[in-house]
Amino acid sequence: MIPLSLVASVAVLGLVGIGLFGLLVTRHLIKVVVGLQVLVKGALVALVLAGRITGQVQVAQSMALTVIVADTIVSVVALALAVQVRRQFGTLDVRALSALRR
Amino acid sequence: MFDLLVVAAMLACAWMAVRGARLLIAALWLAGASALAALLLYRLGAPEVAVIELSVGAGLVTVLFVFAINISGEEPPGALTSPVPWPLAALAVAWPLALAATMVLPTVRPAAVLGPADRFATVLWEQRGLDTLLQVVLIVGGVLAVLGLLAARRPRPGKEPR
Repeated sequence: MIPLSLVASVAVLGLVGIGLFGLLVTRHLIKVVVGLQVLVKGALVALVLAGRITGQVQVAQSMALTVIVADTIVSVVALALAVQVRRQFGTLDVRALSALRR
Repeated sequence: MFDLLVVAAMLACAWMAVRGARLLIAALWLAGASALAALLLYRLGAPEVAVIELSVGAGLVTVLFVFAINISGEEPPGALTSPVPWPLAALAVAWPLALAATMVLPTVRPAAVLGPADRFATVLWEQRGLDTLLQVVLIVGGVLAVLGLLAARRPRPGKEPR
């Protein structure tokens, strides 16, 4: 019987790894947001796991709630940005944004 | 055993979301990963956050993704790979994770058994009221940012960038 805390730690490591990998391998703006979402899910599970281990689940839940709100706002703004980038540049390539340097 | 299955399915969903060839399908895989993460949160003893994660993470964010993909068109992500080749990226992620696993996993303890805890609402409103205020500020700021972004005009024909 594997303890739940250990299983959740593996989940945290896996989610953070997959999220980071996703951020590293793509230039597609919407895929970047997907990678970020996966990464933040790992952080969310880590927060609740830490609360469970230290016996402060309610405080951890409260913080996790803040993380969910912040993450959702980040996604909304990033997706709106992606829509605008597609309108202005005709592509979702992150490198299209380097035109801002000019 | 059940938890192990949930985690395995969640990681598989997350992997498919990151590596999937079609954007719309990737958004659906992400919703699946979100729902399974909510189940894991529930199993960890955080039902309130699990419900919010299920409704916001698996519901609202998925709708937003589908909406954004619908507006911006399905541009296949396969053509937009990063200059970093994937084996190098996998290596760059794997070794810090392996290091973290060797340091963290042996120290993980089972749940602490303490006296009766405060109710979630008490903690949220009385002890962490500042967080709640911050969330309101974030939501208002996010709404303003989205309105500003979506209201931006198209460039004039004579002034096309590039």
